[in-house]
Amino acid sequence: MTVAVEKTEKPQQTGAVEPPAPARSVRKVSRSMVVGAILLVWLVLFVVLRGKQTLVLGAADLTDLHRWFNDVNDSIGANRNSNPLFLYFFNEIRLVIDSLVTFVQELISQPSVGRPVPQIGWLGVVGIAGYVSWAVGNWRVALLAVAGFTFLGLQGLWQESMDTLALTVSAVFVALVFAIPLGVWAGLSDRFNRFVTPFLDLMQTMPTFVYLAPLTLFFQIGPASATIATLIYAAPPTIRITAHAIRSVPETTVEAADSLGATRAQSLMKVLLPMSKRTVVMGVNQTIMAALAMVTIAALIDAPGLGKTVVQALQTLDVGTAFNAGLAIVVMAIVLDRVTTAASARQEAARLSKNRFITWRRPLLAAGAAVTAVLAYLSHTYLWAAEFPGEGSTGSTIRSTADSVTTWVQDNLSGVTNAFRDALTNSLLNPFQALLTDSPWWLVGAALIALAVVLGGRRAGITTAVCVGLLVGTGVWSDGMTTLASTLVATVLVMLLGVVFGVWMGRSALVDRLIRPTLDAAQVMPPFVYLVPFLALFGATRFTAIVAAVVYAAPVAMKIIADGVRNVPATTVEAATSAGCNTWQIITKVQLPMARGALTLATNQGLIYVLSMVVVGGLVGAGALGYDVVAGFSQGQLFGKGLAAGLAIVLLGVMFDRITQAAARRTSA
Amino acid sequence: MTTQTEVPQRRGTSQDSGSTPVISVRRLWKVFGPKADQVPDSEELCGLTRRELMDRTGCTAAVRDVHFDVSPGEVFVVMGLSGSGKSTLVRCLTRLIEPTAGEVVFEGEDIRQADDKRLRDLRRRKFSMVFQHFGLLPHRRVVDNVAFGLEIRGMGRTERVRRAQEVVELVGLAGYEKSYPDQLSGGMQQRVGLARALAGDPDVLFFDEPFSALDPLIRRDMQNEVIRLHHEVGKTMVFITHDLSEALKLGDRILIMRDGKMVQCGTGDELVGAPADDYVREFVKDVPRGDVLTLRWIMRPPADGDALDGPELGPDVVVKEATRAVLAADKPVKVVENGKLLGIVGDEEILAVVAGQEGGA
Repeated sequence: MTVAVEKTEKPQQTGAVEPPAPARSVRKVSRSMVVGAILLVWLVLFVVLRGKQTLVLGAADLTDLHRWFNDVNDSIGANRNSNPLFLYFFNEIRLVIDSLVTFVQELISQPSVGRPVPQIGWLGVVGIAGYVSWAVGNWRVALLAVAGFTFLGLQGLWQESMDTLALTVSAVFVALVFAIPLGVWAGLSDRFNRFVTPFLDLMQTMPTFVYLAPLTLFFQIGPASATIATLIYAAPPTIRITAHAIRSVPETTVEAADSLGATRAQSLMKVLLPMSKRTVVMGVNQTIMAALAMVTIAALIDAPGLGKTVVQALQTLDVGTAFNAGLAIVVMAIVLDRVTTAASARQEAARLSKNRFITWRRPLLAAGAAVTAVLAYLSHTYLWAAEFPGEGSTGSTIRSTADSVTTWVQDNLSGVTNAFRDALTNSLLNPFQALLTDSPWWLVGAALIALAVVLGGRRAGITTAVCVGLLVGTGVWSDGMTTLASTLVATVLVMLLGVVFGVWMGRSALVDRLIRPTLDAAQVMPPFVYLVPFLALFGATRFTAIVAAVVYAAPVAMKIIADGVRNVPATTVEAATSAGCNTWQIITKVQLPMARGALTLATNQGLIYVLSMVVVGGLVGAGALGYDVVAGFSQGQLFGKGLAAGLAIVLLGVMFDRITQAAARRTSA
Repeated sequence: MTTQTEVPQRRGTSQDSGSTPVISVRRLWKVFGPKADQVPDSEELCGLTRRELMDRTGCTAAVRDVHFDVSPGEVFVVMGLSGSGKSTLVRCLTRLIEPTAGEVVFEGEDIRQADDKRLRDLRRRKFSMVFQHFGLLPHRRVVDNVAFGLEIRGMGRTERVRRAQEVVELVGLAGYEKSYPDQLSGGMQQRVGLARALAGDPDVLFFDEPFSALDPLIRRDMQNEVIRLHHEVGKTMVFITHDLSEALKLGDRILIMRDGKMVQCGTGDELVGAPADDYVREFVKDVPRGDVLTLRWIMRPPADGDALDGPELGPDVVVKEATRAVLAADKPVKVVENGKLLGIVGDEEILAVVAGQEGGA
């Protein structure tokens, strides 16, 4: 920490030559003044230079880089079966993953060879889901799993759900096979931990979207790419949490095992792993949730399942279908989350429960296994147990209800929603976007670098300079600025919500108890499904994407700020109260300033979440980078541009992350 | 600075004092930091204080040139404040921390020369350790925690459970075999730690501040428990503590450390009766001297006018126990060892100790 302080303070010291003590107070003022001055200069120059050197690129226009990407894509396509690297490496991986996915799909979702239906029908799957949930969790989550899966069938989305489940299961399986050993290694070896941490950071900072394009280059469009993208996105939480779990085993315990003469293998198998088990299961929970989120987005590269239904419905603005499939994703997310959370809680619960439970458990488990086997057999043999009965009438009810609600909203509330939308668009979004897109590129770049230096220090400035340079290089500068404008506007709204609710939650335990479960649930949802209700409200505009992004990112910001406010020492608040502060003064003069570190961290997370959602909004008319990426998947000649747009998203993400992290380090120091 | 007085053992072990030591530590050093191994060899660096050494080389010398012997069946206490290097010292003895220089001879074998396999074997069969924060495995029942060391050795399940059961009873935990550690109080958890250490039937038990994390009352119980176990199983024990009363209560001999160096090594009455320097003097200032000092420390040579027909007492009788006899006699008490008159103790000497307990040395 101290090192970071020295580094970040340097740029300021070059400006001030006074002795250190008075310089400190001068500098505080000057930082916000410098920011103001930069913005002012920018505005003045914007008025003068408006519309010049904006690097606008038409929707169908390409730069050399994009054409080169296209050529690379073509040549890879042509040489896929002759280049040894592909022949013996990428194709092999694709084959293995493909056959794994196909195997699981034939098991539960797709007709398998020589049969009109999968190996295990709905009755078997519901039975297995219930049994497994009960075995690893408890009977309550087992009931939830049975009800949830049955509901998926009633929605008429059985096969789509099973495709999503099959992809998720395959990706999670492969991810865990790698992630747990890597996590253990990172837990044991400091060197390896230092080596992987930046990669994990990068993997988790990237919006889910951008994995897809480069992967299709190597693994073609289809389930293999989808699974690999999913496992790349989903593996980091398990690696991180496993390493953390291994590290947090008390040193004395390991030492005690050493002092009894345990070998390395013995202390790993008998001490470290058993003691980390519960935490690792929490990591698995996060991996499963991340996988589900990614599998739905991977629909963009032709991954089968619920995501595909949502994407197709979104593209045709069919709110009813999108809502029905989105609801199915939500149901599946809830089931998976509850079951894995119960699994991690079970360790404790089983230990504390009475012995008679444990003696009964084995025979009960065996009986359950037998019943499940019978159900699976029935569903394998009889058609009535294989294909979900009924026409999915519940699904059509949901669809038509959602449709009529949408129509009603559009007929009756369009005045309100449109007014809201237009007000925000015209007052905030449009001017801001104009400032970013209509300024000369070098002016925006210079302003960004200057702000990065002032807020985050010299190193953040250098990173920003590199990112700006590369952004220009991608050829999608103008689209990038549009995305940047939406992201910043959404982040401002997120922070407003975050501060209001965060402070409220931080100050009142009751409010916290009421709101927090909702926030937890909201964070579990795949980002995709947020688009659906706002599409109904606001139609296909970039505003829909912004609102969805705000709703998607706000829970994180609220939780971080609430924790920051809560962590302000009670004695400090008490001291302020005894000095005669009123509530407003306590909030603005004590709690918020002392939670400054949490505020910057919330900004960091808010930006990252918003960015990933704003680009997904490309699907519903948000345009800009997100649209470029999506178009790249569907139109061959735009592939290169899509790839460049993905790169631009990465650059924006890295830039936000570096600046806000540097600022957070500086404020918390 | 080190004073090593040769005085007969205070209790129990005097008959062993002539035999070969179980543990013999010579010139032991542990230095943390870059180029740590150069420090013990350099005359100049050895002479520096800890602070100077830190400034000069960036190294911290946790243990500096320590040497002592532990006799079979003895309870040897290492005492010092936090940061004095006592915990590092005890870890060096079993190489949980690798010593930088010196010898640790265990039953004639320099364990610094032992390879990994031999070291593991020694740890499995000869040493065991009790830790301040217990180091129990929360996912195992008490009996499986106790059997852990035996399991590591590769002992079969039925046999190790039988043995664990015995030890569980020995430490007074019968009835709690099936509990999990977090269902037990701190004192009981440490009994599990103790049982785990005893289960392997080691030759030497190491205790690293085992009772510091416990409440005072529980701590006293556990100290008595250790004394009882020492009587019952007669193991050699090396006991680390920062608590002087604990050291005096348990220790046959006590080694006082400061900044990694030995300050004084001797029996409790020696520390109180003849502190090696002001540091030790300050330490033992508040000790009730009558509880610790023996007649040997307060007797005076008989002067001409003294009546030499009073009652006789041995030189190792503690003052507190002798008080009544001395005060009851109307003549000075003779201190006699093996028929030889060493000195006499009168009312004045006794009262000086008993009444003047606050008075310092």
